[in-house]
Parts: sequence; structure tokens; C-alpha cells
Amino acid sequence: MAVQRRREPHGAVGQCPAVAAACLPLGRPRLSAGGSSVLPDGSEPGDRRCPPERKRRGVRESRPRREEPRRGRHSPRGIPTRGKAVRGTNGAQAARELRGGSARNGRRSGAGAAAAGAGTAGSRRHRGAPGSGAAARSRPAAPRSPEEAAPGPPLPSPPRAGASEAGPGPRLRVSTATPEAAAIGREAGSGRALGAAGPARARRDALQDALREELLLSPLPDGDVAATFQFRTRWDADLQRGAVSHYRLFPKALGRLAAALGVRELHLALTQGFWRTRAWGQPPLQAPAGAELWVWFQPTVTDVDKAWKELSNILSGIFCASLNFIDSTNTVTPTASFKPLGLANGTDHRLLRYAVLPREVVCTENLTPWKKLLPCGSKAGLAVLLKAERLFHSSYHSQAVHIRPICRDASCLAVSWELRQTLTVVFDTFSSGQGKKDWSLFKMFSRTLTDACPLALQSKVYVDISPKNKEKELLEVTPAPTSVHEAIVQGDKRTYAVYDLLSPSLFNTSRSLNVQLKWKRPQDSSELPTPVLHAQRYVSGYGLQAGEISTLIYNTHPYRAFPVLLLETVPWYLRLYVHTLTIITKGKENKPSYIHYQPAQDRRRPHLLEMLIQLPASSVTKITIQFERALLKWTEYTPDPNHGFYVSSSVLSALVPSVIAMKDVDMEQSPLFTSLFPSSDGSSYFVRLYTEPLLVNLPTPDFSMPYNVICLTCTVVAVCYGSFYNLLTRTFHVEEPNRGGLAKRLANVIRRFRGVPPL
Amino acid sequence: VVEGLALLDLGVSPYSGAVFHETPLIIYLFHFLTEYAELVFMITDVLTAVALYLAIQDFNKVVFKKQKLLIELDKYAPDVAELIQTPMEMHYIPLKVALFYLLNPYTVLSCVAKSTCAINNTVIAFFILATIKGSAFLSAVFLALATYQSLYPLTLFAPALLYLLQRQFIPIKPKSKSFWLYTMQYAALYLCSLLVIICLSFFLLNSWDFIPSVYGFILSVPDLTPNIGLFWYFFAEMFEHFSLFFVCVFQINVFFYTVPLAIKLKEHPVFFMFIQIAIISIFKSYPTVGDVALYMAFLPVWSHLYRFLRNIFILSCVLIVCSLLFPVLWHLWIYAGSANSNFYYAITLTFNVGQILLVSDYFYAFLRREYYLTHGLHLTRPDGTEAMLVLK
Repeated sequence: MAVQRRREPHGAVGQCPAVAAACLPLGRPRLSAGGSSVLPDGSEPGDRRCPPERKRRGVRESRPRREEPRRGRHSPRGIPTRGKAVRGTNGAQAARELRGGSARNGRRSGAGAAAAGAGTAGSRRHRGAPGSGAAARSRPAAPRSPEEAAPGPPLPSPPRAGASEAGPGPRLRVSTATPEAAAIGREAGSGRALGAAGPARARRDALQDALREELLLSPLPDGDVAATFQFRTRWDADLQRGAVSHYRLFPKALGRLAAALGVRELHLALTQGFWRTRAWGQPPLQAPAGAELWVWFQPTVTDVDKAWKELSNILSGIFCASLNFIDSTNTVTPTASFKPLGLANGTDHRLLRYAVLPREVVCTENLTPWKKLLPCGSKAGLAVLLKAERLFHSSYHSQAVHIRPICRDASCLAVSWELRQTLTVVFDTFSSGQGKKDWSLFKMFSRTLTDACPLALQSKVYVDISPKNKEKELLEVTPAPTSVHEAIVQGDKRTYAVYDLLSPSLFNTSRSLNVQLKWKRPQDSSELPTPVLHAQRYVSGYGLQAGEISTLIYNTHPYRAFPVLLLETVPWYLRLYVHTLTIITKGKENKPSYIHYQPAQDRRRPHLLEMLIQLPASSVTKITIQFERALLKWTEYTPDPNHGFYVSSSVLSALVPSVIAMKDVDMEQSPLFTSLFPSSDGSSYFVRLYTEPLLVNLPTPDFSMPYNVICLTCTVVAVCYGSFYNLLTRTFHVEEPNRGGLAKRLANVIRRFRGVPPL
Repeated sequence: VVEGLALLDLGVSPYSGAVFHETPLIIYLFHFLTEYAELVFMITDVLTAVALYLAIQDFNKVVFKKQKLLIELDKYAPDVAELIQTPMEMHYIPLKVALFYLLNPYTVLSCVAKSTCAINNTVIAFFILATIKGSAFLSAVFLALATYQSLYPLTLFAPALLYLLQRQFIPIKPKSKSFWLYTMQYAALYLCSLLVIICLSFFLLNSWDFIPSVYGFILSVPDLTPNIGLFWYFFAEMFEHFSLFFVCVFQINVFFYTVPLAIKLKEHPVFFMFIQIAIISIFKSYPTVGDVALYMAFLPVWSHLYRFLRNIFILSCVLIVCSLLFPVLWHLWIYAGSANSNFYYAITLTFNVGQILLVSDYFYAFLRREYYLTHGLHLTRPDGTEAMLVLK
């Protein structure tokens, strides 16, 4: 068992990093009732670079030496055991050297040696983003300094509409976080020889790249536990304007890929299993079973299909997944369902490509390259928990990579790139834990946390300890969290216990962190809270000729109706008949307000059906469409044709109105979940759901007898040809008297010899 | 068709997908008639039957006249009285043809299934009627329509031309000027009407999408859904790199019998027409039972050939048994899962062999009767014994 020791709550440090997480980009999807929905709002201040530096300053210096061995991003070397690392007073100096050194090493394309001196720092930044405008270059330095100098006051929140999701963050900080942060700042300043140089350097670093890692552990209503890892790497480089030469934390493979192919946004998810929305609630980030890839290309890309093909092939190599099977037969261009999540000027959907490979099996060989993209690999930080043998021994496993452009700062004059790597696992602790719902990190991952990734600005573990049914808390978390914070996530009030791995006090008493959760008394699992929106899908019908796909969409909201965008992609070998499409809600026909249908073409294009459907309050909407199964050529079948063919999940995108009024409650920046899909205003939140993939059997020919079939059919044709040829070329004649065959003549010759009369 | 209409209503070009392969005129026809689809199909069937009735009635008159002429000219052998068709026999033939078409289970099936094949049949029936009535213009128009519908009736150009030439008493000789003149006239009529129809459909849809979607679909056989033809399983099992070659080989079957048949049967264009329709229905890429029904309707016309058919009993048994086994084996394969595709394939194969042998049997009988008519029924050898007739 891991070392588990109870520790004093350490709220003081916990507050400040929580501030840092407000630095979230906000591409904001918005569903307009007209149908062409989710509009990104580019002008949104995506990334308020609030002062993570402050916090980091305190932590960085505590273990400067440990950073030294890790330079190469892809192959992190062994990590010295945590603990009594040199906590020298000249930590800042060491850290500075380190920064310079790592930058030098990281700059693989050799843009000249970077001087480690403080004076060159600015110019290094310039080189990092050579093409960016002068404003972008000059901006960050100047206005920041007052804040840095006085590390207490909140950031000026830029005036904007719908300020509720991130706006309140700074306000809250004034009241709670400020004293502690100031204290840390003072402490840091005093601990250092150069108090003034520290913040400047820290700022510079933050401008360059930033890594934040988070782990969210949430017990699910039915006893399972979901663990969601999220690693965010920010890269302040302007990919699209040409020569990008500087890779530090951002993986070079992906960066160069995005630059070379003109990728504006890339979302790749590899998933094993199915997220049971009904039983598990709304996921932080759901993905369909198999592999999902959707990409927005830059408007400068001329041949999108070619770039898409190339991209999927390269990604297939990077992630060891069969993404190279993405071709025109499973690629679609949705018009409404997928909108850019990052900054975007236009949403010309011709630049979008979307493909799902529902058959893809995700396993260790996909996890390893994914882990290699992390700056710390799996050697330090939260990633030590990512042990393949445990991760794949779970009910649901989903790993994703999202790349998108975000605002570099509040004024949004320059673009940064964000790589967000997420991994969600659902452990069935109930069955593996002898019927108990208690769990611990060690039980789930057979590892415990020992330290934060040294490159990370933020490293936190969140445990969802929301009280159910407004009762007293039924569960107990050990060790005591560094802080507790509340947030409204997806229309639900949640309470999180927060462990800040960067706070030194967490590891004071024990060397490792093993979060444990115990239920105080057996929970009555009689009623599961059903999510507001969930869906299920099935194939009905009998025989191999025709069938019907039915999708049931539930809106359990007591009084609000809301629209849902449904996207169906059906392979060409199921011939959909769109005239059989029926949408029935509460016994009445429900006319979709927007419908886009692109019929399939044999062996070239799948069916694409997008609809905007209004869901009345507390209703079930049934959507059925009939199809016919095609007989394929025998070479087009998979090696196991009688297993069936997968139909990828349909995608539901909706702005779900929240049951709890969110307007009045300050939405403190919460961990992961102000994530890719922020809500547009306080009263609703964005949800993207995937239904079950379907398995459809097709009629199969007999694979063993191509030769027989060719022979037999050709024989029939030959019979026809022969008989007609016979009749066409010959004419009737009276049979001539037969002089007998050879045998008869031979016999007659012999008979003549013998003197016998011939036959 | 309904799907095509639904797509049209959605504002999507019906030809952008792979589900709809009918011609634009059909889709616009049904745009107005879709409410009464059952009625429309019944009416088309009745129209087909009426057209066939009138056509055969006229044809009988022509045959009778020709027979009379030949008898008067003493072209027939003396002892063929029993081979000559009497007006008594011929009186009921048109009625039989119409009933054969209407009461054929195949026709009923395709009507119930609302197959657009019924419309093709009607067009072809009107084409036959126009040809036999001697109206070159209407014949060309209907032939163009039929070609536009399913491409294969192109081959009916030859018998129609032969018949019309015969009616005009123009000798069929490559050297004669009037022969070429008339041929050019007819071909020009045909091509013009085809052009007009295609342009009309272009203006209806404002795109040429329908050309690859309709004719490309017919010619390249991308849809391998099981039917009663030879194509589907063959191309499902075909090796990829041979498939183009075999598509060509199979498609050519419809067309390449036309010229030799035209030479052999230049005196009998209606029989030629019958053989050609049968060949189309056997070798077309997506045959349906409606096609089979059309040529089977002609069988009563050739009832006088009955005594020369060699194995009509076996063949009719084969066809009937196959027709009964189609649904059974289909059910076993698709629904019950207790048989595999080979069962159904075997029955299509047998059915097609049956059809081929039936047609060639009729062809044989026809040729043999012609021979007897000119050479006498009782052939004797030089030595006076009964002679056998052989093909040489």
C-alpha cells in the first residue's frame, strides 16, 4: 500500500493556483435557433494571462535542480527522487540558467544559441514568434509589469457580455486569494536574491509556453469512478506565419504537422468503450467509440481533401492508430454541428472535415505515443498514474488531443496555440472492490502521486465531493485537501476537494499523495439523477434486407425546451431512405427547423444527415429512418464479415438550459470544465453527446467460391452464345445418308478381307 | 422514385446520391402522380396490354396477307397446309397476348411492387404498336423514350427499321439508294427525339448529373443488390482487376446478337423484336420480373411454333419451379439465415438458363418451320425414306 498520511489542510497555497486556471480560452459556441448554430466569438478574450507566475515563483525555486536533467521533451530522463532537492537561495539564478538552457536545447531547428542572460530574454521572445506583429511583441511586456510588481490586485477584467463564466473569477480573487498570494509573493521575493528579476523571468516563461496539468476524480452515481486527466500546453508562437523554429513544451511533431498542413484546429479522440450518459451523467468531454478526428483547416489551404488525407496518414503514424483508413467513404463535412472551438474568423464549413472510425480498437500502442507528447512524459507529475495495464482494465477509456488557436492575452492581438491532451477513464471500483464503493488512487492506478511535473505551471488533483440530494456529506476524503471549491458544472452544483501538487506542504509529511475516498454509510443508489439530455440509438428490423435506425432523445428538463443538433453519418452500404424519416415527439410529428441531407454515393461518400430539432420539456423524441442493406463486393468485406459493420455514433450538440440558475452564482473558475465548450451565458451550457455506435449485419456472398461463380455464370453466357451461334450460322439440311463412322468402315474393310458381306 | 421525390422536396439533387437512378422525366411525372401511384401502375399495365392487343391484331393481318400472297405466288411447298395459320386460330391471339400480359404473375408482382419497369414496358409496347401501324415518327419517338428510360431498347432500332422498310416495300439491299435514305430518315428521327428528351430533362434539372447517375449506373453495375439477373453475384465475386473486362463482356451480350439476328431474320422483324426483347431481359444489368413478363406476353403469337418446340415441357417446368423457389430461397438466405447466397444464386442461374433455352428453342422452331414451309413438311431422302432435318 502506498504511504497515506493525513495532513493538515493547507488552504493558503491552494487559493492562488486556482486563480491561474482562469486563463482559459473561450471559443464560445452558441446555438442560434435558426439552425446554423454555434458561432465562435473570436473577440472573446481567450486567455487572460493572469499571474500563474506568482504561484510558480514560490514553487519553482523550491526544486530547481530537478529540472536540470530534463531537457529533451520527448525523452525525459529519470527523475531524481523527490524530497530534499537543493533548496538553495540562489534558486532563481539556477532556474534562469535552466530556462536558458532548456530553451537552447529545445530550439531544435537551431535558431541560434539563446543567451541565458536576462537581457536577451526579450529578444528570445521575439525570435520565438518572428512573424507576429509588432503590437503582439510589444504588448505583453509593458502592461504586465504593474501587476507583477504588486502581486495582489486582480486583473482588470475586460468589459464584455456574458461575463458570468469567467468574469467573476477575478472578482473572487480579490476577496480570498489576494492575501495569500501576496504573502507568497513576498516570501518568494525575500527568498531570492533578485526579487525584481524573478517576476520578469517568470513572465517571460509564461509568455513562451505553459503547461498545466489537472486530474479530476469524480465518483459516478452508480459507483464507478471517472478519472479525467487534462494536460494543457500553451505555445506562444504564430504557426501560420511561416518559420516556426522554437519548440519547448509543445510537441514538435504536432506543431510541424499543424504548420505544414495549415491546420487551424485539430481534435482527435481515441476511445474504447461507451460513456453511459444516462447512468454516469454528463461527461466532461465525451468521445464516440473508436477514433474520431475533426479538423478545421486554414482558409489558405487550397486542396482541403488532400491536406486531410495527408494529415490523417501522418496522425496515423504518430498515434499508431488506423487513421489511415479515413478516406472519402467515411469523411463528411458537417455544416452546423462542429464549429471551431478556438479563435476563428470565419466558419466556412468547407474547411472542416470530420471522420469517425467506430471499429478502431484503442490500446497501449495508442497510449504510449500520446504520453510521449507530454512534456514530462510519464515520468513525473500526474502522468505517472497513466499505467497502461490499469487504464485499459476499465469500462471506458478515452484519450484525446485538441489543438486550437487561442488568444494570447486579453486584448487578443496575437495568437497562441493550445494543445490539450485529455484522458478519461472509468473504473469499475464497485465490482473490483468487493462491493464497496471506496477507492483510492493506488487502487485504481496502482500508483500514487509523488510530485508535480516540474515544467508545469499548475498541477492539481480535484475530487468531486458534491453532496448528493442536499444531505450531509456521505463521503470522506483523505488526506485532507489543500482547499475546497465549489463550481457549477453543466448545470449542477459541484464541490471539489483540491490538492495542489505544487504546494510543498502537500508532500511535507508523506512522500506521495494517495487520495482516498470512503463512503461513510452505504449509499442508497435507488435513484440516479438523470441528465437533462441523453440519447440512445438502436437498429431495428429483421432479416438482412431492410432495417430501421431509431434514435431516442430525452429531454428531462422540467420546464424548458431547447433545440438539439443531430448529426448522423451512415456509411454508403446502408441505403438510407430519407422519405422514411420521421421525428415524433409526444405522439406528434416534430418538424426539424433545419435539415441538411447529403446522400451517399456508392464507394465514395457516406450519408450525412444534420437536423435541428426542438425538444419540448420533459419529452422523448424518436427519430427513425429506414435503410436497405447493400451487397458488397467480396473484397470490400472486412475479414470478419459476419461480425457486422459499424455505424458511427450520431452526434448531438445542444445548449442545455441549466436547472440551477447560474446567473447569480459566481462561476469561479473550475478545473477542467470551463474547457472546450464554455457556456454562452449563465442559463445554459453546451453539451455534445455521442450515441452508441451501431452494429449492422450485411448480407454476405460466399467468400470461398469466386472461381465457381465465375465459371458457372460464364457457362450460362456461353450456353446462350452457343445456341444462338448455332442457329444463326447454320441452316437446315436434310440429313445425308450416313456412310457410317470410322469403326464401321474399319469393320467393313476387315469383313471384305474375310470375305464376309459388309455391314 | 419516392426517395427521389423526397430528395427533390429537400432541395437536394436526386442524382447526388446513389439511391435514385430513374430518369428526370419519370421523377417529374410522379411529382404529379405520386398520390395515385397504385392507380398509375395499374393504368400503365392496362395500357401496355391494350397496345399489345392492337399491335398483334394488326400484325396478324399483315401475316395473313403475306401468307396469302405467298400461297398465291406458290412459294410454299405443296404439303404445308397444316402449317399455315388459319384466321380461326389467329382470331384469339391478340386477346391471348393481352391476357398473357395482364394475368402473368410477373406483371402482377411488378405492379404490386410499383416497379417503374411497368412504365418501360408501356413505352416499349407503344413503340411496337407504332411500328406495326407503320408510323415511323411515333415509332422513333417511343423508341427514343424507351432508350432514354433504360438504354437497352437501343437494339430494337434494327427490327423496327426492318419492319418499316418491309412495310414501305423497300428492298433491304445495301446497294439500293432508297434503303439508305429511309434508314437515315429513321435514324435522324430517332436521334432527334432522343436529343430532345435528354435536353428536356436537362432543363428540368439544370444539370447533367442524371447522365452518369442513370446510364453510368446501368452500364457499370455498381449496385450488387440481388435480383433475378446474372450480374449481381458475378460482380460481387469478381476479382477487382478483371471487373472492367467482365463488365464489358457482359454488357456486350445485349448488343452483339443484334446484327446477326438482323441478317438472319430480316424477313421477320417482329420475331426478331421478340428475340431481342428476350435477350435484353436476360442480359440487362438489373432485370426485373416485369421485363420477363413483357416478352412472355409474345409467346401466344408464336403458338403455331408449338409443334416444333423441342423441350417446352421441361423448360416451362424449370421456369415455374424457379419462380416458386425465388422467394423461398430469398427468405432462407436473408431472413431465416439458414441458407447462404449460393442458394439464391443457383436459382437465378437456373432461371436464366431456362430463359435462354426457351428463347433459343423458339428461335429453332421458327427457323425449322420456315424451312418446312419452303421445302415441304414431308421430306424424303433420295432413296425415299423419311429424312431427318439437321443443322449444318
